[in-house]
Amino acid sequence: MTAILETRGLAKTYKIRARGKDAPKTVDAVKGVDLTVQAGEIVGFLGPNGAGKTTTLRMITTLLDPTDGTATVAGHDLRADPVGVRRSIGYVAQMGTTDPAAIVGEELIDHARLYGIDPAVAGARGKALLSDLDLEGVWTRKCGSLSGGQRRRLDIAMGLIHEPKLVFLDEPSTGLDPQSRANLWHHIARLRDDYGTTVFITTHYMDEADALCDRILIIDHGEIVAEGTPEELKRRVGGDQVVLTVAPEDAERTVGAAAALVADSQPEINAGEVHLISADGGKALPSLLAGLAKAGIDVQGVAVRRPTLDDVFLTLTGRSLRDGD
Amino acid sequence: MTLIRDSWTIFSRAMRLSMRQPVWVVFGLLQPLLYLVLFGPLLKGIASSNASFGGDAWKVFVPGLLVQLGMFGASFVGFGLISEWRSGVIERMRVTPASRASLLIGRVARDVLVLLVQGSILVVTALAMGLRAPWWALGVGIGTVALLGACFSSLSYAVALKVKSEDALAPLLNGIILPVALLSGIFLPMTLAPLWLQRVSDANPLKHIIDGVRAMFRGDIGSSTSLWGIALTLVLVVGGLLVGTRVFQRESA
Repeated sequence: MTAILETRGLAKTYKIRARGKDAPKTVDAVKGVDLTVQAGEIVGFLGPNGAGKTTTLRMITTLLDPTDGTATVAGHDLRADPVGVRRSIGYVAQMGTTDPAAIVGEELIDHARLYGIDPAVAGARGKALLSDLDLEGVWTRKCGSLSGGQRRRLDIAMGLIHEPKLVFLDEPSTGLDPQSRANLWHHIARLRDDYGTTVFITTHYMDEADALCDRILIIDHGEIVAEGTPEELKRRVGGDQVVLTVAPEDAERTVGAAAALVADSQPEINAGEVHLISADGGKALPSLLAGLAKAGIDVQGVAVRRPTLDDVFLTLTGRSLRDGD
Repeated sequence: MTLIRDSWTIFSRAMRLSMRQPVWVVFGLLQPLLYLVLFGPLLKGIASSNASFGGDAWKVFVPGLLVQLGMFGASFVGFGLISEWRSGVIERMRVTPASRASLLIGRVARDVLVLLVQGSILVVTALAMGLRAPWWALGVGIGTVALLGACFSSLSYAVALKVKSEDALAPLLNGIILPVALLSGIFLPMTLAPLWLQRVSDANPLKHIIDGVRAMFRGDIGSSTSLWGIALTLVLVVGGLLVGTRVFQRESA
């Protein structure tokens, strides 16, 4: 199966003006990224702010010239045929793509015309896309009059008007309220399910990557530090953390009982609570609680903590996310 | 080559947006109109007693105002581009297969059309206030506005795309446009100036363009002044458009 996107050694180095004899003259925003994406998958590019996600994305979408490396995007060589790349991909930028004063329908049709699509065809397609994305009745409204979530879905409609096989979404749910985010994820998943579109998203939210992505690429300081399915990555961190609150005198017994009930859980006492690890905390919980009750231990409280990006980071890079900022 | 088709798309979109917000079009015309109506009559008073005016204030003043319209009106369009950049529109267009030069040309074409309308209104108002010049000279005057506008608008977009910030663009424009305007004899003919100032202004192509239009308003169609004015206008247009398209094609991120 040929990959729909492949990069080798993609890099971007900026020259900077810095004071001081020994100050660095260049900054490596992206240091040689190798990635492969198969058709029909949703791939997430996960990393903290400043990791190089957007820079890599803009290189792949021909908006930024790479200083090194090669890429083949939807069958077109990035350097030799950038126009071919542009024809085959959709890109939805983080900051938005529409003029607030423009009318929704007109922006869609004008955008389609830049791809050589006939205005009548564009109109029909645009209306169908808006309807698909829960944007009924906005055709004649000004882009600026839409809500944040609506505007983001409009941006996605713009990115899809020419029916690309590969779509790039840069931080699609940043700045949206929880309801809009969940709604957006539903629509992104449908792109793959209903249309077979390959989706490449960048995000700094673990829950977004978890909910949407078939595969995740973790990027930090311009390099890919890990790659895998969400389950694989969480397993590397150790999985979910289960926290049991018990009476202090029961703590030791709880550790023993839990170790027997949940394999490889490494229970330990931490600040008066019992912490243990499980690949899927939600699944392990019922039998764990039942087992503890049978052993006569009174569990006063329980919490299941899913690994966050910070946990993944700490495990993979030895640093906390916040230190990296 | 999709250049023409894409330029037309960009042009029609820009025209539609401009027509919905005519405040900028009106604003752009306001400055020269105010000068015409509020300053012009003062010049009439001076003109009758000063040889440099050749006896007619309007024939001297209106060409200057037309060039001022072409220059100032067009130079500030870069701010519109920066605003489009901020809302993500420019990036969105750059990700399409559309010719990057068309992103410039479509917008410049819109600016030229707006200037033609503004120039015509200015000329009609001047006629109402007492200007008398051959009709073909009026046409050349309006055409000069449009062509100069193409040059300055193109350069303004080029600079705007490079600096991407209003704080950087504003001082740059003001710092360049004002001295160029003052050294071109917009309001008063440079012949009134001391010799050293005249020599400095000779290096300014806009001075010669204004002199050319003034010559035509007097009826000299074939004089070297007129022809030089036309030639320099064409040079500026070609130069401005070349610089502009190069920046739009080369600029990455």
